Amino acid sequence: MSDETVNMEGAVCAPPLPHNEQIVMGHGAGGRMTHKLIQNSFLPAFNNPALRAGDDAAVLEPKAGLQLSISTDAHVVWPLFFPGGDIGRLAVCGTVNDVAMLGATPFYLTAGFILEEGLSIETLRHVIESMQAAAQEANVQIVAGDTKVVQKGKADGLYITTAGVGFVRPGLKVGGAQAKPGDVVILSGSIGDHGIAVLGARGELGFQSSIQSDVAPLNHLIDAMLNASSNVHVLRDPTRGGLGTTLNEIASQSNIGIVLDEQTIPVHSDVNAACEMLGFDPLYIANEGKLIAMVAHEDADAVLKAMRQTRYGEEAVMIGEVTAEPHGRVLMKTAIGSQRVVDMLAGEMLPRIC
Amino acid sequence: MKYVTEYRDAALVKGVIEEIRRTVTRPWTMMEICGGQTHAIVRHGLDQLLPAEIELVHGPGCPVCVTPLELIDKALAIASRPDVIFCSYGDMLRVPGSGRDLFSVKAQGGDVRVVYSPLDAVTLAQQNPDKQVVFFAIGFETTAPPNVMSVLQAQRLGLKNYSILVSHVRVPPAIHAILSSPENRVQGFLLAGHVCAVMGYWEYPGLAKKFNVPMVVTGFEPLDIANGILQTVQLLEANRIEVGNAYSRAVTLEGNQPAQNTIQKVFMECDRKWRGIGMIPMSGWCLRPEFEAFNAEKRFNVETIKAEESPLCIAGQILQGLKKPQQCSAFGTICNPEHPLGATMVSSEGACAAYYKYGRIEMKDSVSS
Repeated sequence: MSDETVNMEGAVCAPPLPHNEQIVMGHGAGGRMTHKLIQNSFLPAFNNPALRAGDDAAVLEPKAGLQLSISTDAHVVWPLFFPGGDIGRLAVCGTVNDVAMLGATPFYLTAGFILEEGLSIETLRHVIESMQAAAQEANVQIVAGDTKVVQKGKADGLYITTAGVGFVRPGLKVGGAQAKPGDVVILSGSIGDHGIAVLGARGELGFQSSIQSDVAPLNHLIDAMLNASSNVHVLRDPTRGGLGTTLNEIASQSNIGIVLDEQTIPVHSDVNAACEMLGFDPLYIANEGKLIAMVAHEDADAVLKAMRQTRYGEEAVMIGEVTAEPHGRVLMKTAIGSQRVVDMLAGEMLPRIC
Repeated sequence: MKYVTEYRDAALVKGVIEEIRRTVTRPWTMMEICGGQTHAIVRHGLDQLLPAEIELVHGPGCPVCVTPLELIDKALAIASRPDVIFCSYGDMLRVPGSGRDLFSVKAQGGDVRVVYSPLDAVTLAQQNPDKQVVFFAIGFETTAPPNVMSVLQAQRLGLKNYSILVSHVRVPPAIHAILSSPENRVQGFLLAGHVCAVMGYWEYPGLAKKFNVPMVVTGFEPLDIANGILQTVQLLEANRIEVGNAYSRAVTLEGNQPAQNTIQKVFMECDRKWRGIGMIPMSGWCLRPEFEAFNAEKRFNVETIKAEESPLCIAGQILQGLKKPQQCSAFGTICNPEHPLGATMVSSEGACAAYYKYGRIEMKDSVSS
């Protein structure tokens, strides 16, 4: 018996598993596990005094008299990683770009994470690192955040909602309602890359492609444009719905017409090939690193020159002009010398049968 | 892009249009049978470049548009079953049945998936042995080879959980029906290049002779279509009743024989209802009795489902070339791509959707200056 005596003193419960490998419900409970996740995964990347303070909100100190621009964006892309980017880079760039399109300089972001039980912590770290890299590139700080965990099957790995704050350049009036007849329409580069890259990553193209998403922060490009001209009237990124839908929004907001020249709109040949095969129109495919600008005719060359000297504006081109008529309509001169209306995308873009 | 860019060359297209202008001496009405051609004509604005003598009327060649309401209702009933994974080509999802579409079935929990090939549906059946996988096999002759291949593949793999809901239609009986109508105005046909790539064009000379109407096999790029129109005008002006081929880089007289043989092995001709038009005798394909085990209508017992069309929708007259979309009182008002009354507004190949999308009415009013 004596050999088999069991020591009943001290701890008898098995210590809980640390769960350092994957997300479990406890990571969202607000207790020790949540704190550990923040300490080990979020803080090392998003290192700034406001976040480190550990309070419920960040306190920011804008210069007196500046106008704030604020925007929020939810990101649910699948797969989480795709050629040219991932959900983290997308979450930062999407909001940075939304703030910057009003002519504001973005400074601060917040990020809310909805994590699905079972998500690997390594995946989460990759996403966080990618967010930090994008934030650094855009020169913004992620100053507040929140994490919730939902049961397995209730989310696609992880969702991120970001909000951004920027300060508007004094005296500047940029917006969708500011387009004026005579303005030149400028596009910062080729269209359709992001949408086709994500479709390809989902395995939905039925063939291999080398198309990379264009996801990028455009605030430095916009800075260069606004430094080159004080007559930039509209800035907008043609994300969901693509170039066609975004131009229709502007035409209707500004109550003007837009005439495009089909042959000047840059589309990478592999994007074009994918669209031809699936029956898609590149005009309606999402972009995450492109912008449309409407600029006074006399400043168009200066703005184009400034754009082409920046990383994300090298392929900037003039694609059309703003006209007084027809109100709220977008027309396009087709490659064969005819003309047609470009409408908004009605619902989801569906591949055609044949 | 090779085989596309050169066929969209403005100078070449203009050259052919000029040739049409020089050839034409009187008004001619011709029909492009295929919805893909309607889409291309309106997208590139080709019809606006044509001389006023040429009138293009849009044919019934959009497989989504002509799939009968009844069959859509059957699809909705099957897709709603919890044991079913329902697979379809993308643009069928938005086609309204009696009151709802496949999107609504999906939103209510039905497992509805877009596939690019029916063979993907067969793979799904292999991967999900506890589910019934159903493929919505619609289309003209063009999609018949992959659709029958999926049945043969499922048979080879011994799959008991794969079936297809068939709504196949064929072009020659549709042309026969259009030309037999006392209201017919079509004097020449642009034949559908993709259909002829599979079937060849040996089925058409008999039709051309019987109704005294020339036909030209035509491709899908602006230059192809312009060439098809030019050849049709040349035949009409010379009063020659022939079947020409303006798409010889893809089409031969006899077509793709192995594909035709495979179709014949699995499908047989049958009567088929066309949405908006009605029954056209022997205008469809359905499964041969020896492949009845793959017939989703039988498997899920939906053969008794019946349905009636909206009385406002004139899709039938549009599909037969008797009316243009803007002659419909519902066009652009209560009927638009978000709330389509009939299938010609749903598919991107449908004439109403093409007119709506490319703003045919507004173009005339606002751009003429």
